[in-house]
Amino acid sequence: MGNAVKLKVNGEIHDVDAEPDTPLLWALRDLVGLTGTKFGCGVALCGACTVHVDGLPRRSCVTPISAVGEAEVLTIEGVGKTPVGKAVQDAWLKVEVVQCGYCQAGQIMQATALLTADPAPDDAAIDRAMTGNICRCGTYPRIRAAIHAAAKQRVA
Amino acid sequence: MKAPTNAAMTTDRRRFLAVCLAGTGGLTLGFPLLAPRTAMAAEATFRPNAFLAIGGDGTITATVPYAEMGQGAMTSIAMLAAEELAVAPAAIKTVLAPGDNKLYAHPVLGEQITGGSASLAGSWMPIRKAAAAARIMLVEAAARRWGVGAATCTVADGRVHHAASKRSLAYSELAQAAASVPVPADPPVKTGGFKVIGTAAPRVDSAAKVDGSAVFGLDVRRPGMVYAAVQASPVIGGKLGAVDDKPALAVAGVTQVVRLANAVAVVGRHTGAARKGLAMLEPHWDGGLTDLSTEALVKQADAALDRKGVTAATKGDVAKAFAGAASTFEADYRMPMLAHAAMEPLNCTVEVRDGACEIWVGSQVPGRARIDVAKALGLDEDRVKVNSYLIGGGFGRRLQSEWIVQAALIARQVKAPVKVVWSREEDTRQDAYRYHNHSRVRVALDAKGNPLAFDHRIVAPAIMLWFLPSLLWKDGVDVDATNAATGPYAFPNLMVDYVRNDPPDGLLVGNWRGVGETRNGFVVETVMDQLAAKAGVDPVEYRRRLLPPKSRIAVLLDRLAQETGWGKPLPAGTTRGVAIQSGFGSHMGLVAQVRMDGGKLKVERMTAVIDCGIAVNPNVVRQQIEGGLLFGLTAALYSNITIADGRVVESNFHDQPVVRMVNTPKIDVIIIENGNDPGGVGEPGTAIVAPAIANAVFAATGKPLHQLPLPASMVERV
Repeated sequence: MGNAVKLKVNGEIHDVDAEPDTPLLWALRDLVGLTGTKFGCGVALCGACTVHVDGLPRRSCVTPISAVGEAEVLTIEGVGKTPVGKAVQDAWLKVEVVQCGYCQAGQIMQATALLTADPAPDDAAIDRAMTGNICRCGTYPRIRAAIHAAAKQRVA
Repeated sequence: MKAPTNAAMTTDRRRFLAVCLAGTGGLTLGFPLLAPRTAMAAEATFRPNAFLAIGGDGTITATVPYAEMGQGAMTSIAMLAAEELAVAPAAIKTVLAPGDNKLYAHPVLGEQITGGSASLAGSWMPIRKAAAAARIMLVEAAARRWGVGAATCTVADGRVHHAASKRSLAYSELAQAAASVPVPADPPVKTGGFKVIGTAAPRVDSAAKVDGSAVFGLDVRRPGMVYAAVQASPVIGGKLGAVDDKPALAVAGVTQVVRLANAVAVVGRHTGAARKGLAMLEPHWDGGLTDLSTEALVKQADAALDRKGVTAATKGDVAKAFAGAASTFEADYRMPMLAHAAMEPLNCTVEVRDGACEIWVGSQVPGRARIDVAKALGLDEDRVKVNSYLIGGGFGRRLQSEWIVQAALIARQVKAPVKVVWSREEDTRQDAYRYHNHSRVRVALDAKGNPLAFDHRIVAPAIMLWFLPSLLWKDGVDVDATNAATGPYAFPNLMVDYVRNDPPDGLLVGNWRGVGETRNGFVVETVMDQLAAKAGVDPVEYRRRLLPPKSRIAVLLDRLAQETGWGKPLPAGTTRGVAIQSGFGSHMGLVAQVRMDGGKLKVERMTAVIDCGIAVNPNVVRQQIEGGLLFGLTAALYSNITIADGRVVESNFHDQPVVRMVNTPKIDVIIIENGNDPGGVGEPGTAIVAPAIANAVFAATGKPLHQLPLPASMVERV
């Protein structure tokens, strides 16, 4: 082995023993032990694995750890410590978005990135940002409502 | 079957509620979800199968006998128990029951099965009775301690109160004493004045699902565990031939290549290494159905339409009605193979060690999985333990357990706990598909276009013959396949016949959200609109005439028409379609509003009315209907699993598209409130979508649609 790579996740440095081409998803889940980030498709078609890398949403299933370098990785386990992330999580609870919940980590990370970049998105902007994230339970109308609620709370 | 003796019945009644001290020094009690059946009444040991425990530390724990896959089972069960215990639902800790077909059998389904939208119906009485018994015993324990009459005590906020003396004791302080109180034989449950039931109490599983701490099967971690990626034969029914494992073993982090009869797995220190290793292999696959194609299967099902089947339902004299008909209607219907495409790909963690097997998995049939794995590994059932975890979408796929057996067979060759994770491609290509279902409908009509006879021939596989024969296979008929085959209508003469058409050996088929109602609802409800058009009658009015007056479905249809302003002008360029259905113990109606623009379909709005009796949690009901509608919309618009050269063609979300946020229509859900016992809500939404949309398209184009998915030319992918 001896491929120790340093990953900065949610503010902490982790030594990860994996090849540089290892997808960030599996490094996070299997080696760092943060299992909140989910596997859905493996090819960036569903968004379940979305995390932030230096504040931008990334599909961790196709992001090799070599591409992360010293960048800051933020996952669902850490997003609640940011004001926007907290507002999004609160809105998710208030609107009762969740059914099976499997895709919601990715949805929340994507929505947090959206609201960080655009504090008051309209429906079209929400569609653009969120359409890469699949939910098979059909929570889309509530996700939309929760994003509006979080935006409103942030503005208020 | 031998009738039970009186002695056995007495014993059974006495054992109806079993009480014992919990490990924490508290009260544990269980009520059978299953009313004593003759076969079980004679068993020496009573096995209760729902549990409530009140620990000395005050923790109230309810064991959920069902899978939680988003449908809200944990929340509903917490609410039912909370109602009788006079606490907030959030005060009740819910744990998922391990696999045990005896302890946790569903009262109707007879096994530990989460399916048929039947979870709530199955727990409605037993869970409340268990909690009511606990309350009565806690009150009795307090009354004894205080030397007062139990009738003078009340419960609130997790405490027993004696108002006259201003004393109160917490349940935790009473749990141990309550365990020695005689068990009430048949504790009465509240029949009204509900404080919890009927409220939109927050889901008990939401917080953990929002902060990433919820543990799905995929998230299980065991000390020293390794990870496996697997590929089964892409050729249906094929076996693993030669495979050179060196390229996989050369991948850093890969530790082992495991061969099964029909699959190869690569084991590694993490899933990334295992997946990379698997991708390096070039396995040969032997045999299998290399000539199999969708065209051949469709042709086979079409041919079956010409065969006389087994009579599933009959009323009156259909032949006579046709002989005297003023006109007739006939149409053939075709429905495709479907995958489940849940967000969480199948995965299972297994450790096989010292002649025992422990499994960590989310399953809709954990009790059955336990039996199947025991059989496959040659172990006694009590040497296999199945621990239950949250499921990231079931939709019927996890009613099968062959993938759990596969994981166990891999684990048997690995000297550590191993988590087997299927790729999305594997999940798509090795599904237990909904199979081809074809229908032929013939209707005899009078001079005014009213139906005299409805004749529905259904070509479908015998799923229930192996899935649940005791309940749903009767005299050569698959009861699910023929369910709702004539809709909720009062036809004077009718005939339903079932032509069994099984898939070839090696092609796994199974249950899919909405089951029989989904297939037959599309057929019956689109036929209704064609008949209405032929008669020159409004589709709602045409249906109304055929419904039993004042029945729940008739009331629902009127409400649906009223809520949607049926008959009033629509925005230019739009049309709408209606569908209604009775199923899963509930009644449902939908109006879909669509826009046909240059031959392209846009579903703009769906307005649903649901009568599910008492809506235990109206929010969960709404969620299930919203989600069911969108699940059905995906199927109506896109879903079609095809086979070429013996292989499933589709593989991932690029060639198996699903509805996304951008093409989600506006959805409204209206709940009809009444006091009937709760019906199912997980599947009605899915079942009703396709016919409502097809009818809206029919209204726009005048061309009926007899096939799903809807024509590709009509549907834009996003």
